[in-house]
Amino acid sequence: MIYGVSILAIIIFVIFVVFVLGLSFYFARKTKSASSYFAAGGTIHWGVNGIAFAGDYLSAASFLGICGMIAFVGYDGFLYSIGYLAGWIVALFLVAEPMKRLGKYTFTDALDHSFNSKAIQLTAAISTLIVSIFYLIPQMVGAGALVTPLLGLPHWVGVVIVGTIVVFIVATAGMTSTTYVQFIKGGLLIIFSTVLAIYIFNNGLSLVPDNEDQKYHEFVTLNPTIEDNVLSVEGYDVVAQKEVKGHQFVKVEKNNVARWYDLVQENGLPVLKEMLSTTVPKDGDKLYNGEPQENAKFYQVGHMSKIIVDGKEVESTGPLGPFKFLSTIAQSEIVRFLKVKFNDGDDKVVVWHQSITSGKEMMMPGLKFKIGEGATPMTKLNFVSLMLALFLGTASLPHILIRYYTVKSQKDARKSTIIAIAAIGGFYVLTLFMGLGAAVTGVLDVESSNMSAPLLAKAFGIGLFSIISAIAFATILGTVSGLIVASSGAIAHDLIDRYMGKNLGDAGKVRAGKIAAFAVGIVAIILGISFKGMNVSFLVGWAFAVAASANLPAILMKLFWKKTTAKGIAWSIIAGIVSALGIILTSPTMWDRYGLDKLDAPHMLDNPAIISFTLALVTLVVVSLATQKDNEKLAQAK
Amino acid sequence: MDHGPAVELGEDLAIKKKTKLGVILFFIYFIVYAGFVTIGVVDYKLMGKIVLGGQNLAVVYGFGLILFAILLGLFYNWKCTNYENLMNKEEES
Repeated sequence: MIYGVSILAIIIFVIFVVFVLGLSFYFARKTKSASSYFAAGGTIHWGVNGIAFAGDYLSAASFLGICGMIAFVGYDGFLYSIGYLAGWIVALFLVAEPMKRLGKYTFTDALDHSFNSKAIQLTAAISTLIVSIFYLIPQMVGAGALVTPLLGLPHWVGVVIVGTIVVFIVATAGMTSTTYVQFIKGGLLIIFSTVLAIYIFNNGLSLVPDNEDQKYHEFVTLNPTIEDNVLSVEGYDVVAQKEVKGHQFVKVEKNNVARWYDLVQENGLPVLKEMLSTTVPKDGDKLYNGEPQENAKFYQVGHMSKIIVDGKEVESTGPLGPFKFLSTIAQSEIVRFLKVKFNDGDDKVVVWHQSITSGKEMMMPGLKFKIGEGATPMTKLNFVSLMLALFLGTASLPHILIRYYTVKSQKDARKSTIIAIAAIGGFYVLTLFMGLGAAVTGVLDVESSNMSAPLLAKAFGIGLFSIISAIAFATILGTVSGLIVASSGAIAHDLIDRYMGKNLGDAGKVRAGKIAAFAVGIVAIILGISFKGMNVSFLVGWAFAVAASANLPAILMKLFWKKTTAKGIAWSIIAGIVSALGIILTSPTMWDRYGLDKLDAPHMLDNPAIISFTLALVTLVVVSLATQKDNEKLAQAK
Repeated sequence: MDHGPAVELGEDLAIKKKTKLGVILFFIYFIVYAGFVTIGVVDYKLMGKIVLGGQNLAVVYGFGLILFAILLGLFYNWKCTNYENLMNKEEES
């Protein structure tokens, strides 16, 4: 898809970046000690910390990924919102206050409290790095996805810009600047998402979603004739016909432009319905709907084929309240564009065919996660495993856990978590409206679900688009900053200072932290470029699974089971990481990523948590019971 | 090397009570959340049933889980603050 560059968006983005960098410079002068670099000196107000939590947590996955997923698969995307928020319950009720009580700069501190174990220091630091990098990938992918429409630059440039700015923010003032960037960004994201939702309600629903920016493309239907199994269309040359996954796709040519159509039966007669397609020839540039990209024939899509209000069919509704908006969609019909890949000779073809989906299906689980018709025990297990990972993952994310060290007291840690839950919960309710709004407003780019929310804003005006895009970019800056602080703490404090016993001292630890931030930034940039095109929320689901498996059994058992030993914790972390990564790297999704057939993957489980979390927990219990003598020695030494 | 809290924390005598309350509230929420997942797996069509104000069970339950988390959080904070005020004051006197 071609996006026009918005000067206003560039100006707003540049103002924001300059402001953030200025803030970093300002705080840099105050950031001399390790305590101020890694934990903002424990001086952040709980209210600021609560919104900064929201800023940290409402990452590219939430704003870009969830809205995009809801726009393409309806309620299934909203499951992520529900799971992500539920995870805060674990954080608030079980983890917040003990983390504050036991740790100093990193979550390894809390795990290692009373043990002083090299094994914990090493494994917990490695786990922090792995989880942070898994979480960094989707943020950087999101940055690349955003920079194309915002600045008109290629994906990789967006990744490099974000990586560079973030390394600068972190390397100058560490947790203090990161906290204020997240506070500002979290606040702005919630305010302007509310504004966007108000626009959606005022706009209502319409069968022809023309918008300020452009007229909606009218999709063509051709009437072919079939004689002796030979298909012909008046005025067109039929050049190819393909049967793929139960669909009949037909390529017809007119004026030297070849386009793919979907052959379906309507009222007993064959019809050809226009599709979107991309073709990558063996030699030559990618074609969009049979033409070069610059011809702009690859349309934004997403419309309704039937709107029912109170039992009556209408062409448009006018402004709707939030609940009326949802119930109207549930009674109506939406046209989604479903992707199918195939080869046509040497050409690699991707088509998106129209699929009329009832609003009822759109508003309940099942379009993405196969838990209803056509479900197998494995697809149901995938669903349960994902919901478990989301529930357990939040309280084990290192960049979230370290935020408990930035406030003064346990009480403040608790209060800031509640502010975070309220702010994040409010935002997640809005994701359903933003996602569904994008699905029916004719704004979707079928090649990038991540762009749904910013493109929806564009339909309501370039000003709103510019602000929303700049905030989305800031969203990524904030989250990536937090992740890099967590990673740099793991390297400088846990690994170099404590595990290797280098005794860096205060200034040395800050210097090591800054160098580590730079190194992690480079890794994040490389991975962000490699994973281009994957839905960011899906990727974050994996980060949650790894975090939940590697960290949470260790945290919970350390807090609630007195027989937990240092070896039990260390082996549990190893079991969690290895099993979660092993399942992910051999999953059907990764098989597809490797260019292999998904069905040939060694197993069909995409979400590992249900196995890897359980395995880590069992490992901790077994190893702890087998090493009780260690705890006895520890007690005697005290 | 010391790796305790980054700031000096005062003694908190309400820890046991707060921990117990936290565990109870966690299990309450977990059961409600597990109920949502179970309906999805066992009888997903139930999610499409209209249950309140023209909204289906999926929307009502989903929004309900978000609202319930906020309300439980507020309740937890209120109870914990009460415990802290009461128990830490008793110790001071």
